[in-house]
Amino acid sequence: MSAYFEFLLRMGDNTLILGHRVSEWCGHAPVIEEDIALANTALDLIGQTQMWLGLAAEVEGKGRTPDDLAMLRDAWDFRNVLMVEKPNGDFGQTLMRQFLFDAFHLEMLKGLTASSEPRVAEIAAKAVKEVHYHVERSGDTVIGLGDGTAESHARMQDALNLMWPYVGEMFASDDVDTEMRSTGIAPDLNQLRIAFDAHVGAVMADATLTIPDSTFAHKGGKSGFQHTEHLGHILTQMQWLQRAYPGASW
Amino acid sequence: MKPGIAQIWDWLDQVPDPEIPAISVVDLGIVRGVAWDGDTLEVAVTPTYSGCPATSVISMDIETAMIDRGIEKTRIKTQISPPWTTDWLSDKGRAKLEDYGIAPPRAAGGPVRCPRCKSENLDRISQFGSTPCKAQWRCLDCLEPFDYFKCI
Repeated sequence: MSAYFEFLLRMGDNTLILGHRVSEWCGHAPVIEEDIALANTALDLIGQTQMWLGLAAEVEGKGRTPDDLAMLRDAWDFRNVLMVEKPNGDFGQTLMRQFLFDAFHLEMLKGLTASSEPRVAEIAAKAVKEVHYHVERSGDTVIGLGDGTAESHARMQDALNLMWPYVGEMFASDDVDTEMRSTGIAPDLNQLRIAFDAHVGAVMADATLTIPDSTFAHKGGKSGFQHTEHLGHILTQMQWLQRAYPGASW
Repeated sequence: MKPGIAQIWDWLDQVPDPEIPAISVVDLGIVRGVAWDGDTLEVAVTPTYSGCPATSVISMDIETAMIDRGIEKTRIKTQISPPWTTDWLSDKGRAKLEDYGIAPPRAAGGPVRCPRCKSENLDRISQFGSTPCKAQWRCLDCLEPFDYFKCI
């Protein structure tokens, strides 16, 4: 598997799995405006998936389609970070996960708009416009709930404590990231982390939440080495139709 | 006899957006180019939001409209660069949006006035609305909620 292909899978699998997770809220959110916002966010993420996996399928050059990549790979071939697999939990946990991912996603896409690969830069330029809206809302909601009632504050602090050990993987460089950086395809993750920390620090301060004093990071998602038990369960839902009725279309 | 490019633009300007039928796909600024390739008409279309489900319906509506005008072969080319921006909405389209009850986009990031009573006393309900391209606002004078076509 080429590093470039693997990198594109990481981008597309992050948006695919998170898009699926967020779509699970459709019809269940606490108020209709939040229901609509979650569904819109999920839709944007799935749309971005079509572009990333579309390019990945071309780069791989083995005749697979983006649908094949999304619907016919098993858990060990997915390259998303572990955070996006985390179950939705309560609304606060969903929004905390969303904000932490959005803050990473925004910096990554901003960096990718200057990619040495024009196709990557084009997709990033399209997606970054949508992600600006995602992070504005998820950040505002984290602040509103963190600096809210005693109950909402406690739940948001719990959510931050729960999600924080999944932040490190997004910025942990491996061979794929090193090659992407040296070829100018993707930005330096260490630089992204600086911008991420400033952004997240400011939002958590406004939200009156305390970032855990720990750098421990669960890893294994973006390398495909070890996903959480949750990914397989997501795939049973997401891929069910193509597995039960191979090639079904409408 | 192949119809001329100007004639085709005029026909495309009669194809309504499936979600906001008050404006045409040309008003929306998503038709980025029209050209003949032999006897095949090539229409370049750019999506508004990457996951907008209306995109495939729009492609189908364009093909159908061209068949109705006697053009048998139309190829829709999806073009993502440069990315769509609300700056490409036509002035005609902006006026039609407001008549239809949707406040047109504005660089400052919010609607100028209520599309119904024209009050400037407004409040944002949510940055997300009934389609990916809209936000929800409300008028604090006539108390009606309304859609705002958000800038991107």
